[in-house]
Amino acid sequence: MAEIRNYTLNFGPQHPAAHGVLRLVLELDGEVVQRADPHIGLLHRATEKLAEHKTWIQSLPYMDRLDYVSMMCNEHAYCLAIERLVGIDVPERAQYIRVMFDEITRVLNHLLWLGAHAIDIGAMTVFLYCFREREDLMDCYEAVSGARMHAAYYRPGGVYRDLPDNMPQYLPSPYRNEKKVRDLNENRQGSLLDFIEDFTKRFPVYVDEYETLLTDNRIWKQRTVGIGVVTPERAKALGFSGPMLRGSGVEWDLRRKQPYEVYDRVAFDVPVGVNGDCYDRYLVRIEEMRQSNRIIRQCIEWLRANPGPVITANHKVAPPSRVDMKSNMEELIHHFKLFTEGLHVPAGEAYAAVEHPKGEFGIYAISDGANKPYRLKIRAPGFPHLAALNEMSHGHMLADVVAIIGTQDIVFGEIDR
Amino acid sequence: MTTRLEQLKNALVSSLGEHIRQLDASLGELTLVVGAEDYAAVASTLRDDPALRFEQLIDLCGVDYSSWGGRSAPDRRFAAVAQLLSLSHNWRLRLRTFAPDDDFPVVDSLVPVWPNANWYEREAFDLLGIMFEGHDDLRRILTDYGFVGHPFRKDFPISGNVEMRYDPGQKRVIYQLVTIEPREITPRIIREEQYGERG
Repeated sequence: MAEIRNYTLNFGPQHPAAHGVLRLVLELDGEVVQRADPHIGLLHRATEKLAEHKTWIQSLPYMDRLDYVSMMCNEHAYCLAIERLVGIDVPERAQYIRVMFDEITRVLNHLLWLGAHAIDIGAMTVFLYCFREREDLMDCYEAVSGARMHAAYYRPGGVYRDLPDNMPQYLPSPYRNEKKVRDLNENRQGSLLDFIEDFTKRFPVYVDEYETLLTDNRIWKQRTVGIGVVTPERAKALGFSGPMLRGSGVEWDLRRKQPYEVYDRVAFDVPVGVNGDCYDRYLVRIEEMRQSNRIIRQCIEWLRANPGPVITANHKVAPPSRVDMKSNMEELIHHFKLFTEGLHVPAGEAYAAVEHPKGEFGIYAISDGANKPYRLKIRAPGFPHLAALNEMSHGHMLADVVAIIGTQDIVFGEIDR
Repeated sequence: MTTRLEQLKNALVSSLGEHIRQLDASLGELTLVVGAEDYAAVASTLRDDPALRFEQLIDLCGVDYSSWGGRSAPDRRFAAVAQLLSLSHNWRLRLRTFAPDDDFPVVDSLVPVWPNANWYEREAFDLLGIMFEGHDDLRRILTDYGFVGHPFRKDFPISGNVEMRYDPGQKRVIYQLVTIEPREITPRIIREEQYGERG
């Protein structure tokens, strides 16, 4: 009688469903997964080591490149950690801008997650729809920071600059005729806030469209219901956070429980799952997009009514304005010191966490009083999620591994750092 | 928030007692330092004591204190630092322990207490060479297969020791010593307390 042995399969690192560079060594009994061993580190750039050799502000743009689908949320945690160590206050308007862009980022992230997750499981159309909406939000990023992805917009002490009064418009080109350009520019006539407001009016309808395609879809349910079930106890023990934890029925949201910035002043609901499977996590994230939309609208209303400074006036932390720098000796010195030597952070240590779209994103910073961090540790939400892949996929079919990787919302920029 | 911090502090003092080496509250965060011999026992108390209930290990990392430039440098080189979170009480704690031996740092593993410590400890081992007693799968995690050294140690150069290139003569990829010169654009400076203050 022939001996029956388990089959070992290498999944990735270049498999499209591996969401980047995941090498997964799967041990299969027929088509049933017995063991999954993720090999990570193929995108390791030693961000934390690099940060030890750069001034505090120079490493801020690295934060964008950690989780490269939710850029501003990463910066947010980094700025919060510096602000706590230095002990500076952020102007209220900057706090509202940060909250608004955090939520825009959450929508951006969830749209990419939804599109990628759906295309992994075989629903092509949602992917195209999601990218259509992402385009508008990327334009918001671009209008405010000049970059469509790696914004470097949040700074210790506030945000880099105030929201622009004009939304950039499309120009006629050989590829777009007059009428097309007019249509494209229709909602770009006013300020950035007008554009975002217009988006928030359109967006709930779009979410309904995704839901029509997926929520009651028989194939979608067959692929996600009952797959990758995590009990609330295991979810806590495995260090889950964000939608992965809420999908298992644990009501935990840092925006609600440990509010930072102005989250205690905006109204929103925290959706919670019941069964802890892929389908519940899908529902949680869909509802989070609707809630983010609600928060963005409240922020727009407040920002319209309350002009003011957007970055701290403490010039040991934030640079002075160009005019002041050119006309005032002391400001010139501040400017010079800030950009040659960088800001000095008092000795101490701080852990600052934000509710990132993927879970709890934290920055643990240790300073010995120098102009560079002594040690920086990035707590990536995806890291413990991926570590639980073995447990979540045990006993499932090979095709379900793809659904589980999809539901974990894996991005290698943050896991490998 | 201060009252919550005091409350946690009192709960820690009453349930851990003489195991506490040091307990600091600064910047609204509590840091508990314990001896390496008590580390694992304290961790399970922190998780199971109903007055504390730290259900989640949020993060665990190693720190190398060998080039500490500020005042009051720690007397041991390596530390393992865990960030804990209690969902039921909604509070956080930082737990730190120093490895007794600088040349061969070993601390207890927290995997039996929090299963997700597994990957975090692999990472700390990979990057800083801290060994975790009781960890059954202490492989490298982030660096390449066959990597030599522990890159986050302060004596490891930022450019690394070896570089990789294709050798046309041998027709394969080879490793060689790094050829780039190390350079530092902005020096690392620690200023005295009152530097730049007026008057």
